[in-house]
Amino acid sequence: MSGHNESILREPLITGDNITYAKITDDILMPVENKPNKAWWIGFIVASMGALLWVVAVSYTFWNGIGAWGLNKTVGWAWDITGFVWWVGIGHAGTLISAVLLLFRQNWRNSINRSAEAMTIFAVICAATYVVSHMGRPWLAYWVLPLPNQFGSLWVNFNSPLVWDMFAISTYFSVSLLFWYTGLLPDIATIRDRAVGTRRKIYSIFSFGWSGSVKTWQRFEAVSLILAGISTPLVLSVHTIVSMDFATSVIPGWHTTIFPPYFVAGAIFSGFAMVLTLLLVARKVLGLENYITMFHIESMNKIIILTGSIVGVAYLTEFFIAWYSGSEYEQYAFINRSTGPYWWSYWMMMTCNVISPQLLWFKKIRLSIKATWILSIVVNVGMWFERFVIIVTSLHRDYIPSSWAMFYPTWVDISVFVGSIGLFFTLFLLFLRVLPSIAIAEVKLLLKSASEQAKMKQIKEGHENKEYVAEYIESLEKFDSVKQEDYAKI
Amino acid sequence: MSDIKYILGSFGDPDEMMHGIEKLQENNISIFDVYTPMPIHGIEAKLGVKRSRIDIAAFCFGITGTCAAFALIYFCAVIDWRVNIGGKPSFALPDFIPIMFELTVLFCAFGMVLSYYASTHLFPGRAPRVMDLRATDDRFVIAIDAKDNTAHTEIDGLLKDAGALEVKYNERKYISYE
Repeated sequence: MSGHNESILREPLITGDNITYAKITDDILMPVENKPNKAWWIGFIVASMGALLWVVAVSYTFWNGIGAWGLNKTVGWAWDITGFVWWVGIGHAGTLISAVLLLFRQNWRNSINRSAEAMTIFAVICAATYVVSHMGRPWLAYWVLPLPNQFGSLWVNFNSPLVWDMFAISTYFSVSLLFWYTGLLPDIATIRDRAVGTRRKIYSIFSFGWSGSVKTWQRFEAVSLILAGISTPLVLSVHTIVSMDFATSVIPGWHTTIFPPYFVAGAIFSGFAMVLTLLLVARKVLGLENYITMFHIESMNKIIILTGSIVGVAYLTEFFIAWYSGSEYEQYAFINRSTGPYWWSYWMMMTCNVISPQLLWFKKIRLSIKATWILSIVVNVGMWFERFVIIVTSLHRDYIPSSWAMFYPTWVDISVFVGSIGLFFTLFLLFLRVLPSIAIAEVKLLLKSASEQAKMKQIKEGHENKEYVAEYIESLEKFDSVKQEDYAKI
Repeated sequence: MSDIKYILGSFGDPDEMMHGIEKLQENNISIFDVYTPMPIHGIEAKLGVKRSRIDIAAFCFGITGTCAAFALIYFCAVIDWRVNIGGKPSFALPDFIPIMFELTVLFCAFGMVLSYYASTHLFPGRAPRVMDLRATDDRFVIAIDAKDNTAHTEIDGLLKDAGALEVKYNERKYISYE
């Protein structure tokens, strides 16, 4: 790090002109060390009411069985698996940011990885509760584990993607938790050493006695890198296996080999949208504009265009292959999707996932916080409809027209879904209060190389190519946290 | 002077701290440890800290996971209770791969992180071995054993020349969190 200047062409990752190591700590710990403001309380009360609804609806399902949902003999999977796949998909961005972007040395990940990972964990919790409650007899959930015959069943069927899924989701959850918590240790130690009294004792327990010595950091970096290395294929495998729950069946509309890459792209797409939904608000309310900059927002929007376009291509390919296969059942499944009784959900999905993200090609939209925030929600609405389309419209008209049916959600279906969103936000808001929402140590690493002030110093030293400097200053125009007048003189 | 256990050079800048380490080493003063709020790249080489072997542990745990998954599935599906699924072979290796992969990752991650916690003595409730509270915030602290290095005034001078903002003389090794 010493003596290495980053290229002036790279946009700064930390803006502001008086940033010191101490200021980074102060800024990031502001919400943790102070009483929450009104905005937090309003959000928390609304979210926890949602979480309460979730508790009621899930308990109702446990007590009465899944007959409480709108399922019928034709449509056996509906909002439950839609919700499950939606939440798991949202979770994927966290691992992508923390693992894949670490391997690619994308330093801009440093200020968004912590909250994205937290989001992953909370999203997977929401997903897991759907899996458990859709089992019907959740107290027998342990039957999915490979347990011997005395428990009342044979060994589980290791050829079944549902069993693979159990292994994939539980591995994914526990490894993500481990990755997140290990990364949190140095930051918990920072809170500990600034706190007094009971707070210090509590954070001391959770800091695992972190000291920040040379060996601790050396091993920490090795562990982070290897965890990133193994989490990268893990995150790809999880949604691949989720897609195989469908792809290995013989249902027209599900039985396609395109599913794994298509699901993974969709997962990253929806996950980044959710990261934006959360961080655009958090950045404003918590005053983190200097750390989560317009560059971060733009970068995430670019990933959304890319993955959204992959998803769009996948939809079209799927449609083409259905026609090209010559299989009339396959053809009917797709014609029925786009023109049948659920045509509105298909076109909802197409509009939200394929058309609206293309608006991000316009720089003005990509750099507008309001537009980005609205689009991020539109994307997640679209992604929910995608799963609904895949699941319900493939099932509702099966092989015998006499058993064709429609799916109507009951209040329990709706409450479980709305409630799971409440649960997610409750957990996220609590996270913002008790743990640093940005990885403090990792952001400090950027201060001397990738911050606006370091680059300003570079420019003032005068060894930089004039054209590059001009280009750099031009790139700063999009930042809402940069004082443009400082650059007018140069 | 005899009560002093550790001398701490507290720097506000990582590059100055690295410079301080060089200065001390030139004068044959041994460094006990360095505490920083963020990882410092290249410090291990300077202090002669050996490379971490955690990657070897990770590999071993990973491969154990692969073998454990294979053994479990092979035992269940091939040896203990073969299930006739449409006359397909019980030993269907491609179907074993997803779980073998997942357990490789699971064993590798948990084995590695738990070895990390064990080797670095990290566990819930452990009393923090911290010499300076600001070392987790904005200070980069070089700790020197005052009993082994008796030229205290020289050390003080070297640290200050290198840019230390503060030199502390600690009479107890670690800060009390009581």
